[in-house]
Amino acid sequence: MPAVRAEKLYKVFGRRSDDAVDLLAQGKDTKEVRRLGVTPAVIDASFDVEEGEIFVVMGLSGSGKSTLIRMLNGLLEPTSGQVYIGDTELSGLPAKKLRALRQQRISMVFQHFALLPHRTVLENAAYGLEVRQVPKAERVEQARESLALVGLAGWENHLPTQLSGGMRQRVGLARALAAGTDVLLMDEAFSALDPLIRREMQDQLLELQASLGKTIVFITHDLNEAMRLGDRIAMMRDGRIVQIGTSEEILQDPANDYVAQFVQDVDRTRVLTASAVMEKPIAMVGARSGPRQALRTMRENQVGAAFVVDRDRRLVGAVRDSVVADAVRRGQESLTGLMDPADVVKIDPDTVVADLFAPSAECPVPLAVVNPDDRLVGVIPRVTLLAALGNGPVDLTHGGGPEGGAQGDGPSTDGGPPDDGVPDPDLPDSDTKDATEVAS
Amino acid sequence: MTVLASLSVPRVPVGEVFAGIVDWLTTNVGSVFDAFGGLVGATVSALATFLATPIIIVLALVFGLLGFFLRGWKIAVAATVIAGGLGYLAAIAGVPPAVVLALTFGVIGFALRGWKFGLFAVVAFGLIDSMGQWKPAMESLALVLVASAITVVLAVPIGIAAGRSDAVSRAVKPVLDFMQTMPAFVYLIPAISLFSVGVVPGVVATVVFSMAPGVRLTELGIRQVDREVVEAGEAFGAPPMKILGRIQIPLALPTIMAGVNQIIMLALSMVVIAGMVGAGGLGSSVYTAISTVDVAGGFEAGLAVVVLAVYLDRLTASLTNRSAVVRAAAASDR
Ligand SMILES: Nc1ncnc2c1ncn2[C@@H]1O[C@H](COP(=O)(O)OP(=O)(O)OP(=O)(O)O)[C@@H](O)[C@H]1O
Ligand SMILES: [Mg+2]
Repeated sequence: MPAVRAEKLYKVFGRRSDDAVDLLAQGKDTKEVRRLGVTPAVIDASFDVEEGEIFVVMGLSGSGKSTLIRMLNGLLEPTSGQVYIGDTELSGLPAKKLRALRQQRISMVFQHFALLPHRTVLENAAYGLEVRQVPKAERVEQARESLALVGLAGWENHLPTQLSGGMRQRVGLARALAAGTDVLLMDEAFSALDPLIRREMQDQLLELQASLGKTIVFITHDLNEAMRLGDRIAMMRDGRIVQIGTSEEILQDPANDYVAQFVQDVDRTRVLTASAVMEKPIAMVGARSGPRQALRTMRENQVGAAFVVDRDRRLVGAVRDSVVADAVRRGQESLTGLMDPADVVKIDPDTVVADLFAPSAECPVPLAVVNPDDRLVGVIPRVTLLAALGNGPVDLTHGGGPEGGAQGDGPSTDGGPPDDGVPDPDLPDSDTKDATEVAS
Repeated sequence: MTVLASLSVPRVPVGEVFAGIVDWLTTNVGSVFDAFGGLVGATVSALATFLATPIIIVLALVFGLLGFFLRGWKIAVAATVIAGGLGYLAAIAGVPPAVVLALTFGVIGFALRGWKFGLFAVVAFGLIDSMGQWKPAMESLALVLVASAITVVLAVPIGIAAGRSDAVSRAVKPVLDFMQTMPAFVYLIPAISLFSVGVVPGVVATVVFSMAPGVRLTELGIRQVDREVVEAGEAFGAPPMKILGRIQIPLALPTIMAGVNQIIMLALSMVVIAGMVGAGGLGSSVYTAISTVDVAGGFEAGLAVVVLAVYLDRLTASLTNRSAVVRAAAASDR
């Protein structure tokens, strides 16, 4: 069962909100509906957040992210649709039960920290427990523990105003952790922090998450943050969720031009992993075959080196054309002794692209992407890597077969050619296509 | 033309209706007003008497309270004992009560603001005594304190309600506008017919007059509280009353205190007007001075009002500075 579930959520502000929802549900345009004098903030949002997942909601200012997250803990009542926390349905819950649910199941971290300025760090961290009327000694202990978790041990008796922004947000995080709820809602929790501190907080959150395994709904308008943190990302636009997927899915296969444009500026090298950019290893020879066959494989694929694998496709080594050609001339029958260990750089499929440039520069042969059990799953020639730097959504995953109908069509979105307003992705895109072709 | 000229707006008997309401109140629920008036009158005169001739034990307890407020119960006990002892000695030695009280005001000023203010208080209250205005000044102080207390008790809850509910805010607003802009003298007339001349109509008129800023500033204070912080309270499942008591009121306190300060200042400004309806005190002194064109006496009474105003103003300001929020803000500057 999902930890948090939203079903056809609508939130429309204004008097005639119910009429507006009816119209929206019939598929009427948002602009038209606005004429009723209402503001549709969230339109038909449905998603499941699995236990232990970081689910990021991403969108520009005013796209309805805050409205959406506030419906998840009942701070806002949906105009229509349901929210479930575990198996509890939120709407229609009496005020008292709703408060109990917030105390026990779901807590929140705020953009501007929302700490009580007149209370110490410790008292702030203990706030959730105080509301729950946990005895003082116990709540002090738990608050201390969570403060230590976020690296604020020793700051208990300071006031929030004496802390830097990053530290204040740690108090906010500690307050939510001390409450001991399974679900954590974070509304632009790091947006008010400067970039370096933000990065630090993201790392810390990921680290904490690895040991605590909370269910986190994280809101942001920063795509890089979304990609770093999110197990899955929901892209919002004008109140609607336009795409839900992993960061790679969104980068590789944007649902529409809006998402594609968004994704354009992302530092792809930090998001894409080796498995996303690697190509099918085509120049492969069996460990038992001889130099002659190896040479033919290379010639067929027009490459200068081939990987040698055993019967289970486990990587044994790589051979280069010059060495193999020599061996053929000498009449050597097997490949033993022809493989240079320096030519093989093994890469884990989860390595981010940014970490591939250095090894790729040093190694004349494509990088070998291998599973933990050493099986060769893909190769990354240097050109492929360079192509991954390109701006537009490049069709990299299916790089194995460059000859295809899709080629030259511009971005690989399923929609037709983009408006004249977005010419940019086209140029680098066609360039990278050529590069890919030459590579294989 | 002639027809138009003979046309005129018919008279709407606004004043008569209001007078009728007041009459009706006097005849039908007069006993309620009598009881209320009796209580208020007795409180003011008891306080005035105390301020003119203090009872040592009560004075000692005041110091105890002050000590408790500032430093906790140990200091409270010490303050009570010392003040009691000194008061007893003063009584034996025959020190005039005005001097004892001037010193008391000085010590309170010292405790809350420091020695400069303490010294100012002693000198200023000594001046009031030396001008022969002690008794009327204390009568006025008693009236101001009682009226302000009543106003605070009414204005703060109304302000909180208005701060939390737009409907209440909308309902209260025109009433406040009315109360604030109606000339203060006008309140005195129905107050007299309801309570007869004396201190009570003075208190009532003062309460009505000083209510508006108290409510307004309290409402403002509550509304100014960071929405996100209130939302944090809700998000952690705090019930509304706990959010009010532990988040909204503490964070609004500086603004609420500014309202209390305004209430006291407006009450002081009503003192002279209240003197016209026989409320006694410095108002009577001024009123007498006006009717006899006594420039010297009028100035002295006026100066006494100024002293009271400055003293009370600085005192409420220092109370504000002691609120947790202001102290927290100050702590971060260090
Ligand atoms: N209480 C409200 N009454 C009326 N309209 C509202 C209310 N709250 C939000 N809106 C409107 O709903 C839309 C979505 O607002 P929301 O705050 O959810 O956006 P957001 O994605 O969180 O934006 P931001 O990044 O600025 O926080 C906006 O157009 C906003 O003006
Ligand atoms: Mg927002």
